[in-house]
Amino acid sequence: MTTSTKNAATPVAPSDAAARQGTRIRLENVTKDYGLAIPAVSNISLTIEPGEFMTLLGPSGSGKTTTLNLIAGFETLTTGSISFNGTDVGTLPPHKRNLGMLFQNYALFPHLTVVQNVAYPLRERRMPKAEIARKVAEVLQLVQLTGRDDNYPSQLSGGQQQRVALARAIVFNPNALLLDEPLGALDRNLRGALQMEIRRIHREVGSTFVFVTHDQEEAMNLSDRIALFNNGHIEQVGSPEELYRAPETLFTARFLGDSNVFELGAADLGTSVSWEGRTWAVAEGTVSSHPSVLSGSAIVVRPEDISIAADLKSVPAGANAVQARIRDLEYMGSYRTAMLAFGEKGLTGRARIDALDATHAIGDDVVAWWRPQRQRIVAA
Amino acid sequence: MTTVLTEIEDETVDAVVPRRPRRRDRGVDPIPWWLIVVGVIVALYFILPTLFVIPMSFSSASTFQFPPKDFSLKLYENFFTNPVWLGSLGNSVLVATLASLLATIVGTAAALGLHQLTGKLAGFVRTLLMVSIVTPSIVIAVAVYISFLQWHLVGSLGGYVLAHAAIGVPFVLVSVTSALGGFDPKLLRASASLGATPLRTFLRVTMPLISRGILTGAIFAFVTSFDEVVIALFLRSPTFQTLPVQMYNSVTVEIDPTIAASSSLVVVAVTIIFLVPQLIGARKRSR
Repeated sequence: MTTSTKNAATPVAPSDAAARQGTRIRLENVTKDYGLAIPAVSNISLTIEPGEFMTLLGPSGSGKTTTLNLIAGFETLTTGSISFNGTDVGTLPPHKRNLGMLFQNYALFPHLTVVQNVAYPLRERRMPKAEIARKVAEVLQLVQLTGRDDNYPSQLSGGQQQRVALARAIVFNPNALLLDEPLGALDRNLRGALQMEIRRIHREVGSTFVFVTHDQEEAMNLSDRIALFNNGHIEQVGSPEELYRAPETLFTARFLGDSNVFELGAADLGTSVSWEGRTWAVAEGTVSSHPSVLSGSAIVVRPEDISIAADLKSVPAGANAVQARIRDLEYMGSYRTAMLAFGEKGLTGRARIDALDATHAIGDDVVAWWRPQRQRIVAA
Repeated sequence: MTTVLTEIEDETVDAVVPRRPRRRDRGVDPIPWWLIVVGVIVALYFILPTLFVIPMSFSSASTFQFPPKDFSLKLYENFFTNPVWLGSLGNSVLVATLASLLATIVGTAAALGLHQLTGKLAGFVRTLLMVSIVTPSIVIAVAVYISFLQWHLVGSLGGYVLAHAAIGVPFVLVSVTSALGGFDPKLLRASASLGATPLRTFLRVTMPLISRGILTGAIFAFVTSFDEVVIALFLRSPTFQTLPVQMYNSVTVEIDPTIAASSSLVVVAVTIIFLVPQLIGARKRSR
């Protein structure tokens, strides 16, 4: 919104988005220690590129929210540094960091109307009244909330309140937008709709977005990259596809999507590995580069990569196979999930099979197989 | 995408507009008749003596009389023409205004500070600030008198204001603390992220949202000072005394029925003061 467009229907022109490339946020060896048993955030380094949609994903207590608060300036660093476009902001108070923020409970000012809420950051920046009015109208159009200018937050639905909060957080053209589980309080349908909204606004605004969530589906849908947090450190950073297809650790594999896990222990990872006496081929480029992979590893196979055959003879050459018993079949509409018990010890697993495939029944002894290229050996 | 959104929104809009729950909605048992009788008796016991002075104030007699034999405004004329009565009223208003102002600032600041603290220290400080509410007035009065003698504050406006502000602080602390109970601390973070300094955040977010608590506390502090008599008796001087002290004198020294008029005025004034926040609150809700 640095350059104004006369046409109100398209409040943000493409050239506008280009003018506002966003900020590079760099965290170097950041630690936040409250003096508890383990630091809330321990020695993490992460670079968020300009205009990137970065999601900090992880279970509760993993340090993702603390990291966001460190970026926002609500928490002080124990050690390490944070910089925006190369400028150190470690000691800057929150109100000088020029960051928009979206909260789970919206945090709208209840005593101000929609327009007054959105105008708040502009008034703090002592912008002329006419310009404030113009920008507020523009941004409300961008978030598709019009005709509610003089309503108070309590008169709006949850989705509408979150739109007001979003408008308020981007109207002043912040360095970046920080989103702290902003969709957590909304019901499922509305959440999906607002996810699309956030993605659209990210495209149109072109600013750096840092999104915190514990919902892996949300993270996969929205992000350019995901930083997966675990126990105060970053487990893995990468695109949703990288994290799903090429996890480095068992934690990552288990956190994103379903997986079948065959634990190998401290195995010799050559061209083949063995699990309970079976020898399986290892394809090139499917072994994690994580340093602890040699001291303990596991094979991860996604359910959609496992096929079921009646016997060993029908398994294609070169595939890895294991005996399994079908414990249960769940009809999911577009596919069927076969709950499996692998090997002699009956390791629990699952395969996704064709919804129309009715050749197998519960209790059948079958062979589960997959291509070595589709398996991943991760650090356990 | 847009149509999907509108559909979902339309369904939820009306459902979330909050309504204040009515008393009846809570589903409590009906109040038994005997409880109503007891309640009325207690209420009358509290209110009646106060109401007695109002008919008395319209008497024309030069001594106390109840019920009054005739109607006159003589006592009010006395009150408003006698410089001693008027002067003491002016002093009381001045002291109460300044004392409540001071108490409101200190009490609000204390409530805000203590709201952020947790643990033993906060509890201790809170108790310390509340001590004057449970300490007998005479103890405070003697303590104030002894220390103010040394500081040459006895009989001065400053002395009255300081002493009365001290006893007003707990009221402000309590009402502002309860107002902060419903205050979402996330709003402070939101405001900071939007570029507001802590002071601006206080002025534009915190204060408007806890204004009823502040106002209530200020009114209690004002009224506490306005009708405070024990400390005022100790601090009085020939040149400066407050209305309650003058009223006390008028009974014990002069037997002057003008006190009936002044009492009535105080009752009416205090009632109006207490009604102010109620009226403001009612107007806000109907908005």
